[in-house]
Amino acid sequence: MINTQRSTSGSSQSPRSPSSQPYLSVSVTDPVKLGNGVQAFISYRVITKTNLPEYQGPEKIVIRRYSDFVWLRDRLFEKYKGVFIPPIPEKSAVEKFRFSAEFIEMRRQALDVFVNRIASHHELRQSEDLRTFLQADEETMERLRFHETGIFKKKPADLMQIFKDVQSKVSDVVLGKEKPVEESNPEYEKMKHYIFELENHLAEAQKHAYRLVKRHRELGQSLSDFGKAAKLLGDCEGDALGKAFSELGVKSEALSVKLQKEAHQLLMNFEEPLKDYVRAVQSIKATIAERANAFRHQCELAETIKLKEINLDKLMLTRSDKVGEAEIEYKELKAESEEATQKFELIVNLMNEEIVRFQEQKTLDVGLAFHKFAKGQARLANSIADAWRSLLPKLEACSSE
Amino acid sequence: MMGSDNQGFQEAHVYASREEMENLVLDDDDTSSKSYSAYRSATSLSPSILVTPADSDPLLAPSPYRDLRSPNAPDNNNNHSSYIEPPSYADVIFSPFDETNTGNEINGVESSNQFIDSPHSSASSSGSEYIKITVSNPQKVQETSNSLVPGGNSYVTYLITTRTTIPEFNGSEFSVRRRFRDVVTLSDRLAESYRGFFIPPRPDKNVVESQVMQKQEFVEQRRVSLERYLRRLAAHPVIRKSDEFKLFLQVQGKLPLPTSTDVASRMLDGAVKLPKQLFGESTAVVAPHEVVQPAKGGRDLLRLFKELKQSVANDWGGSKPPVVEEDKEFLENKERMNDLEQQLSNASQQAEALVKAQQDMGETMGELGLAFIKLTKFENEEALYNSQRARAADMKNVATAAVKASRFYRELNAQTVKHLDVLHEYLGLMLAVRSAFSDRSSALLTVQTLLSELSSLQTRAEKLEAASSKIFGGDKSRIRKIEELKETIRVTEDAKSVAINEYERIKENNRTELERLDCERRADFLNMLKGFVVNQVGYAEKIANVWAKVAEETSGYANESS
Repeated sequence: MINTQRSTSGSSQSPRSPSSQPYLSVSVTDPVKLGNGVQAFISYRVITKTNLPEYQGPEKIVIRRYSDFVWLRDRLFEKYKGVFIPPIPEKSAVEKFRFSAEFIEMRRQALDVFVNRIASHHELRQSEDLRTFLQADEETMERLRFHETGIFKKKPADLMQIFKDVQSKVSDVVLGKEKPVEESNPEYEKMKHYIFELENHLAEAQKHAYRLVKRHRELGQSLSDFGKAAKLLGDCEGDALGKAFSELGVKSEALSVKLQKEAHQLLMNFEEPLKDYVRAVQSIKATIAERANAFRHQCELAETIKLKEINLDKLMLTRSDKVGEAEIEYKELKAESEEATQKFELIVNLMNEEIVRFQEQKTLDVGLAFHKFAKGQARLANSIADAWRSLLPKLEACSSE
Repeated sequence: MMGSDNQGFQEAHVYASREEMENLVLDDDDTSSKSYSAYRSATSLSPSILVTPADSDPLLAPSPYRDLRSPNAPDNNNNHSSYIEPPSYADVIFSPFDETNTGNEINGVESSNQFIDSPHSSASSSGSEYIKITVSNPQKVQETSNSLVPGGNSYVTYLITTRTTIPEFNGSEFSVRRRFRDVVTLSDRLAESYRGFFIPPRPDKNVVESQVMQKQEFVEQRRVSLERYLRRLAAHPVIRKSDEFKLFLQVQGKLPLPTSTDVASRMLDGAVKLPKQLFGESTAVVAPHEVVQPAKGGRDLLRLFKELKQSVANDWGGSKPPVVEEDKEFLENKERMNDLEQQLSNASQQAEALVKAQQDMGETMGELGLAFIKLTKFENEEALYNSQRARAADMKNVATAAVKASRFYRELNAQTVKHLDVLHEYLGLMLAVRSAFSDRSSALLTVQTLLSELSSLQTRAEKLEAASSKIFGGDKSRIRKIEELKETIRVTEDAKSVAINEYERIKENNRTELERLDCERRADFLNMLKGFVVNQVGYAEKIANVWAKVAEETSGYANESS
């Protein structure tokens, strides 16, 4: 589903058409298989239409592959902590499935949704990385992608942080501190609990939705087989009865086709949105983790500052010559602490906004998915009723012979 | 529709697990509702649906042999109108699950029975002849007589109750207790007396009977299959009036029919007789009364050998046998029956698969509904924003619709099973057809064998006479031999006549039965098709309505997105 922006972002209007509203519209299309063997991959055409000044021209077309989208997502996640970054479709686990038409189409659709959500998010759409993604030539993109998705995907700073976390956890346990530092915000707790529970419920619903798709296919197959058998039986019986069987067989086979079609629709318009919902929730969990990190960082700095203060007072009392040094250190730490606090509070504020947005967006997404689902089911059932109903006059005619 | 939507939702709301869902979904807690996991179990259960305590005339249910009293019953709409009805199919047959119809079978069946009852009780062309058989009340009996197995043998008896207006039965209602062995006896005796007829096949024996007997399920399955079998016999216009059948249904105590002795003991008897036959002590000729039975399975091994020799000569010998199957029409029909059997088998298999697919669809739809109900509950409990509440409301609608649709699928399937079961019934009947055709060919073989024998006897006699006439005054021993031969020839001639009569009789039986089978099968199949189609239409309409409503309720979302 392509979402054009709904609200203006208030950015400057193009001088060329003063009356037009600023817009940024993206579509992901035309999947094409490139390369050979193990290294084969799918490339997509990404078409950007915009009148925003930051962009080069009204229309730009670039070629991107899945890992480019991953790059974009990772960059946004790094830079916009607190924002719920739109999720991207998973890598395919099964090799065989990777190039099936259905999988490719599902992925294309999901990537299209991904980019459009970014383009319509008032914070994210201003991202430089987004601009790079939408406009950079393929070589630049490749360089960036390679750099990011190299073997050491985690930056050194992250690795240090992980070690620190482990360290502090161990020392906490040793010192008898029970829990890692966490916010004591009951509302936030509730929200976290909600998110975690929600994921479970959604995953189950999605599982059944997927099974339902399968059932449609199976029913279609059995109708096809049954139809063939009926036709053969009709040939054997002959006369009016034979014709009746043949007609039944024909209708049965026709319905089989309808069922396969509906299965596909169900997959794209119902099961996929549910899966998308699950991914979105998982993305929120990642943001929750980021917030926890920020909070912990802030707390640690606060602790460290307290210690430094005490130390500084001591030094001042003893009129040590280390006072100057200590003061400078203290000031630096204070600044760091301020920064950490600001970052954390930004995350908190963003999240508060985001959760409201998320709930509203999801209601719309899910509502649409439900609508399509119900429409599809109604349409299918009506086709079935029509097909069988058309047989009845013929059957009546047979029995009156 | 469903009481009130809230009602249904709240009910479902409370039950978390799937089993509870099942109990919720169906008003009745019936065996027939428990599992449709296998078509087999469904089919074995479905007759129990027909066997409602409310007496529905089995004649009027789609049984394989319809009693067509009037030979020119062209348009037995009355007999076959079980499932056909006026315009709006959705309303007709199915009473939706909102009817508080507890303790009975699935609603659809219930009302379709009602349909059967009303038009039929008055207008049935077979109104004067009614028979209904019920098998019930299985009881375990200890066999106290000497047995090798310590603890004694035990077996199960069933109560067989008959209600009938057929005059040939003395009485209108009676019950007996019979065991499965008695049924086997009945079946074997009928096979002997009614060669050439399409006799419904009896239920299978079970090899490890006594062990399997412990299980409730097995006994119930057997009860059902016995009932089916007896009802099919009762539906056959000729067999229902047979002595064997009457004795079986009426005579109290021990079944007064000769039991089928083991093949082994027969073979032993035959082996004992054989040397005598070969040395001329016992009669080497088939007695006329034995001729009416096939050689196979009898005690006369010599006859068996002779006929075997004849059949080999038929197949491999240079000359044509004295009499052959020349009836072109019969040969065509035989071909046709073979073809039909094949196609029926295929169709029956595919019908099974279709039923399973429908059932799975219903199940998964129900599970999806349940999952959404849980989600709805969750969102409502934890809602902080109106958007959540709105979503929860949408979800509730979808969930309720899914649950309803799931119930419809189950009901649809229960009906589908009943209809498509007709295929299965007729497939079973093809066995009977084959058996009747083989009666014919074995009778023919007997005739051919006797004719060959006659011809060789006569040749011997001629030779002896020629030799004897050359001796002046006659050859005493030869003359005696000629006399004996002439006697043998006479007996054989008699046997031949009987055999030919028997063969002709069987041929005639084949013919009339084929006619009847074709006629009834056509009617039943047409009925089946109509029923199947009407059923599909009705439920599809209902399911469509359910979803259309939800589509309507959520149409706002479609307008919002581009």
